[in-house]
Amino acid sequence: MPKDTGIGASPKRREDVRFLTGKGRYTDDINLMGQAHVVFLRSDVAHGRITSIDTSAAEAMEGVIRVFTGKDFAEVGGIPCGWQITSIDGSVMQEPKHPVLADGKVRHVGDPIAAVVAETRDQAKDACEAIEVDIESLPAVIDMKAAVKPDAPKVHDDLTSNLCYDWGFVQENKDAVDRAISEAAHVTTLELVNNRLIANPMEPRVAVGDYTSHDDHSTLYTTSQNPHVIRLLMGAFVLGIPEHKLRVVAPDVGGGFGTKIFHYAEEAFCTFAAKALERPVKWTSSRSEAFMSDAHGRDHVTKIELALDAEHNFTALRTETYANMGAYLSTFAPSVPTWLHGTLMAGNYKTPLIYVNVKAVFTNTVPVDAYRGAGRPEATFQLERVVDKAARELGVDPVELRRKNFITEFPYATPVAVEYDTGDYNATMDKLLELIDRDGFPARRAESEARGKLRGLGINSYIEACGIAPSHLVGQLGARAGLYESATVRVNATGGLVVMTGSHSHGQGHETSFPQVVADMIGIPEDQIEIVHGDTANTPMGMGTYGSRSLAVGGSAIYRATEKIIAKAKKIAAHLMEASDQDIELKDGRFTVAGTDKSVAWGDVTLAAYVPHNYPLEEIEPGLEETAFYDPNNFTYPSGAYACEVEVDPETGKVEVLAFAAADDFGNVVNPMIVEGQVHGGLAQGIGQALLENCAYDADGQLLSASYMDYAMPRAHDFPMFTVDSSCQTPCTHNPLGVKGCGEAGAIGSPPSVVNAVIDALASGGHEVGHIDMPLTPPRVWHAMHGGTPNQGAAQPAAHSEETTHDRSVAGAATNV
Amino acid sequence: MTKVTMTVNGKSRSAEAEGRTLLVDWLREGLRLTGTHVGCDTTQCGACIVHLNGEPVKACSVLAQEVDGAEVTTIEGVAGADGTLSTVQQAFQDYHGLQCGFCTPGMVMAATSLLKENPRPSEAEVRHYLEGNICRCTGYHNIVKAVMAASGQDVPAVAAE
Repeated sequence: MPKDTGIGASPKRREDVRFLTGKGRYTDDINLMGQAHVVFLRSDVAHGRITSIDTSAAEAMEGVIRVFTGKDFAEVGGIPCGWQITSIDGSVMQEPKHPVLADGKVRHVGDPIAAVVAETRDQAKDACEAIEVDIESLPAVIDMKAAVKPDAPKVHDDLTSNLCYDWGFVQENKDAVDRAISEAAHVTTLELVNNRLIANPMEPRVAVGDYTSHDDHSTLYTTSQNPHVIRLLMGAFVLGIPEHKLRVVAPDVGGGFGTKIFHYAEEAFCTFAAKALERPVKWTSSRSEAFMSDAHGRDHVTKIELALDAEHNFTALRTETYANMGAYLSTFAPSVPTWLHGTLMAGNYKTPLIYVNVKAVFTNTVPVDAYRGAGRPEATFQLERVVDKAARELGVDPVELRRKNFITEFPYATPVAVEYDTGDYNATMDKLLELIDRDGFPARRAESEARGKLRGLGINSYIEACGIAPSHLVGQLGARAGLYESATVRVNATGGLVVMTGSHSHGQGHETSFPQVVADMIGIPEDQIEIVHGDTANTPMGMGTYGSRSLAVGGSAIYRATEKIIAKAKKIAAHLMEASDQDIELKDGRFTVAGTDKSVAWGDVTLAAYVPHNYPLEEIEPGLEETAFYDPNNFTYPSGAYACEVEVDPETGKVEVLAFAAADDFGNVVNPMIVEGQVHGGLAQGIGQALLENCAYDADGQLLSASYMDYAMPRAHDFPMFTVDSSCQTPCTHNPLGVKGCGEAGAIGSPPSVVNAVIDALASGGHEVGHIDMPLTPPRVWHAMHGGTPNQGAAQPAAHSEETTHDRSVAGAATNV
Repeated sequence: MTKVTMTVNGKSRSAEAEGRTLLVDWLREGLRLTGTHVGCDTTQCGACIVHLNGEPVKACSVLAQEVDGAEVTTIEGVAGADGTLSTVQQAFQDYHGLQCGFCTPGMVMAATSLLKENPRPSEAEVRHYLEGNICRCTGYHNIVKAVMAASGQDVPAVAAE
């Protein structure tokens, strides 16, 4: 029987009522007394030198308060980067300054040049158009491989080249990997593009800066997944505001998917301008503006080689990836293609030798950073595609090839520096084959063929690393932050309690799921527990929500703080019952003395803590409030197996997803309803990447996919009902809840199964196609079927080379065939 | 600026509007009815759907002055006066049809109109009707289930499939 309350139950979400009745309080719903509005003038060229800016006409317009340009920010810092990568040769990455407003040069379409603050947004918009800017256009670098050529125009004049870093991992393995590949019985090679995406949370970014001169306090309301991180980065590195003078509030946030992790120039601007003008300053992004100012995701070009011996054991793996950084380093950008990608290249397999090379490149495009999965989808896609391609080349069952190479003993130390604590990859694969009814597939294929359609089934495994991360480890790897999480549990005199968490909820339902944990531990109803998050003024220093870390790290902090509460409460109970606290048991909200009928209620103890008339004052202090900081000692490793069944129309190349099944191992599950919902959403984003979404630039650096008219967001009719299952559970061994994290799995695991399915469908029609780059739009699929020499994964154009530049997400030229 | 008056959620409400003021901005800024959201600027996402004289419209594509005197229902006017959720709202909660909540007002308004036009839609009809509403969180799975359930059709319970 499903549980009604506590861990394992699926109570209705308490957040929902406010969202369903229009009472959510998102940042754009906040309007402060005396508020002014800012609109940014953004570059419409990808690369150029600003020769003059004349703001006089704009300043004279009705309602205009002040026009800011780059020179107003000469005394403040640049937008900082939070992770430093070291190259193979021991040099640290090249790290250009990222000014709040353009300083002499513009480096991507959308780079902010000036900012108009006016009484109304419309007045600011009008005045923006009256600013006269002369820009000497410079050649733009868009294609990554062209950008690293010696004669390429430089995005940053003060850097030696457009190469940010050249990372090798594990460098000591390189010679052995090269040797193993040269001696292998079979080597499968695949060149592919992991297409550039735009996260597109439905709520555009908003920032409201406020300043009070009587106490010299600044407040920023912002659409952030991690308000403390913004406070630290903006206060310490950009504006020089000490943390005790700066409050950052992230109220209801309408989705994040990674792109609301980062510290953005608009946040710093609004905070700075509010102080300069002594008026609240508000910025609301339009969707068009979001396309050219939110950090983008993915954009890797990779060559991967998998070596196998005669028995089809994987013997070595080698990859070379070009990773686009865009024009500036966004907050965590350098970590995504390296530590969040290279460390996952073992996947679910016992490949003994692995070498990963990543060249990070500056281009005249919007900065690229973490998007749902962040590095792990890129790793999973190339690995699960090359394994599938190997199975085709060798004529073996792709599932059996995977099973033969699965890691089956845990803990398992990979050759790429991580140790998987638990997992059972055969169990999720078995479950998956049942969910997708693989045995029934031949009959379904025959039925499609009878209708003139090609049916394909694509299957893959995945593993990811979540719950980022042990601080001592990430410090060694270049992180400029610790990655613990915090919680304060404040018990009130009458027994209810408030949990103040450093995690942030922007759709994940923490207000519902976190109380389930605490309610289980104490044995009180969930409605006596309130979750507070998203405000640095009333939560302990926290690192926020990303990387599927909230329950694994934030939940563990709540668990630890609640343990401290219970330990103290037992001491109070022991005093009240004149017993030893060692003998006190807590169950269903009552403290009992073991082996007796003596008991006191939870509420009696909490009252005693605040009305300490009969209280062990010589032993403990009054009050019942505890804080814990939880620093994990490993990542968590969710894993699973996914399957996609498609039908391809050979006349048009159109792909229809008929079924999608996901068998995940998330360890213990606190709220199955929320977990299922997270998987559904991840699947939609992963299938969207595989079939629909593409961020396209032309050769001059114009962003072609800059609205929902051009960027194909998945709609309801693009998907079937999903079949998801998380009953295979190997609990995490190193966090107190045994949980692994579920937020990104769907987006990580699903793209390869879609592509594998389409390749399988085409093969059934006699079209042996090595690979098709995402998104698998009808033209791309049709050309793959009819484009002459089938591609066996050989050289392909880079994501932004001439061949693909005019390709848009739903139409566009054929490629990669 | 012109004073514009409409019957909003059953009450006569007035606020100033410029010629270019969109209905959604008039509702959000003029009346402080912030439940109606703006998710795009190309009439694609559907977060701003309200009922205008009973019909679902994207409030980002209507000028406020043009609909002076109209009758408008926003998400704030859907639940009963005592706070009881409508059938559609309740189904969205029961079937976990929302996560971040930002697209939700538009989804509820669209789904309410769908069920008025087509009281027992098929799954395909629901998916087709919601073509103009983008959700980035749910993969639409539980939204479709919620709408089907709100129409009185049998739908498997959440987390029990």
